[in-house]
Amino acid sequence: MEFFADPAFFVLLAAVVAVAAVLGLTGHSLQRWGLVTSVVFLACLLGSGPQTVALITFLCVARVCVVVLAGNPGDQQLFYASAGLTMLPLVVYKLTASSVSLWGFAGISYVTFKALQVVFEVHDGLIGRDELGLLDYLSFLLFFPQFTSGPIDRSRRFLADAHRVPPQDEYAGMLARGILLLLAGMGYKLVLAQLAQRWWVLEPWGDGPFLAELANQVRITYAYAAYLFFDFAGYSLMAMGASYCLGIRCPRNFRAPFLASDVIDFWNRWHITLSTWFRDFVFMRLTRTLMLRGRRRGWRWARDRVRVAQVGFVADMLAMGCWHGLTADYLGYGLYHGVLLAGNEWLQKRSGFYRAHRRDRWMRALMWFVTLQLVMLGFAIFSGQVSYLVKGALNG
Amino acid sequence: MGDATESVRERTLSLLEEVCGDPAVHDHLDDDLFELGLLDSMGAIELLVGIEDEFGVSIAPTEVPRSEMNTPNKIVEQVEKRVA
Repeated sequence: MEFFADPAFFVLLAAVVAVAAVLGLTGHSLQRWGLVTSVVFLACLLGSGPQTVALITFLCVARVCVVVLAGNPGDQQLFYASAGLTMLPLVVYKLTASSVSLWGFAGISYVTFKALQVVFEVHDGLIGRDELGLLDYLSFLLFFPQFTSGPIDRSRRFLADAHRVPPQDEYAGMLARGILLLLAGMGYKLVLAQLAQRWWVLEPWGDGPFLAELANQVRITYAYAAYLFFDFAGYSLMAMGASYCLGIRCPRNFRAPFLASDVIDFWNRWHITLSTWFRDFVFMRLTRTLMLRGRRRGWRWARDRVRVAQVGFVADMLAMGCWHGLTADYLGYGLYHGVLLAGNEWLQKRSGFYRAHRRDRWMRALMWFVTLQLVMLGFAIFSGQVSYLVKGALNG
Repeated sequence: MGDATESVRERTLSLLEEVCGDPAVHDHLDDDLFELGLLDSMGAIELLVGIEDEFGVSIAPTEVPRSEMNTPNKIVEQVEKRVA
């Protein structure tokens, strides 16, 4: 059963929301109901075969890691081992994805992010040993609305919501908002995305005039971008809506991404919970380490904030590309965005011309337009359109 | 307020001035530095690294929500809390 797509899912969801509404409106906690229904949904999603075994072994490994680390949170070696082991199932799965798909289950990518966040914050001393109850841990990791494709919530935020029993009118507001979000998301994913998808069919570069062929390829890219946006933003709205109905104020994942004023701004608007996860746990930590080491060891380049940021951006986006999958298209997409962000950093920090004109209307319009085209080219890499055209050109 | 707090305050503000590269931080003690364009994620990291160097206290990147560390006064408050 595919979440937020199959009719059976929606029937089951309606029943779950109806019971949640009764519980919530009569002042009961929704945490246990959320966990019980998540287990039922995941059983329907994963079946009784290898995927369920993979999920259970993942949970055991992640749980043991975090409990052991909590006993000695400051230990650097233990931290690396815990983070590595928590990531291991995902790494094994990604490495074998093209053949046997060992240790994989639907949702592994997203649940790994959530489990790693807990590991990182235990190490930082932000999550104490007594805040790692099994019920809390499982209700966070398994929460079905966010399980397969995010949004990637954070445990401390999630559990504050899960523990709180809101007053009746507050919950009524959340429920109404949740239902509206569910309906809006359905409109996005089931209507608009389906319409856009009809326009997205890969076509080879033809024999017509260059500009006409280019325009045709651009049309295909835009159709894909529209499809991807409505499909994913629609899914995210529904996931957010179902979360609200269960008393969880799930963070939003999209904020008008095609209005972005530069590439950084794009990543603050597109798949927000993914990019902020990478910002907090990869980019910021990597740049911090580079700066600290650089100061101690006297690396000259590490004194240059722009240079450190550029290294951080490329590494950050490459890691994101790997997470999408170990294929040329995804790695190319990651590298491309890393280079764009590095270039953007130079422009905004070092270009006197840009800095002198950045508030001018024409510059803002130009930046918006150029950003949109660069983002579209990124989607053409991501969707395989670029590699399809390259292969076509190489094979004549 | 003893001399010690005063100096933590001054040291933090001069560190902030160095990171932002703009003495204007002293004129915006209660304004959002991210909105003013004086700080960004990279500046925030440099600030955390600077605080670690200067005061020997480490603040993890996700420890303090941005809304509690976005003005000079709030930043000083976070440092004072940990130095004390």
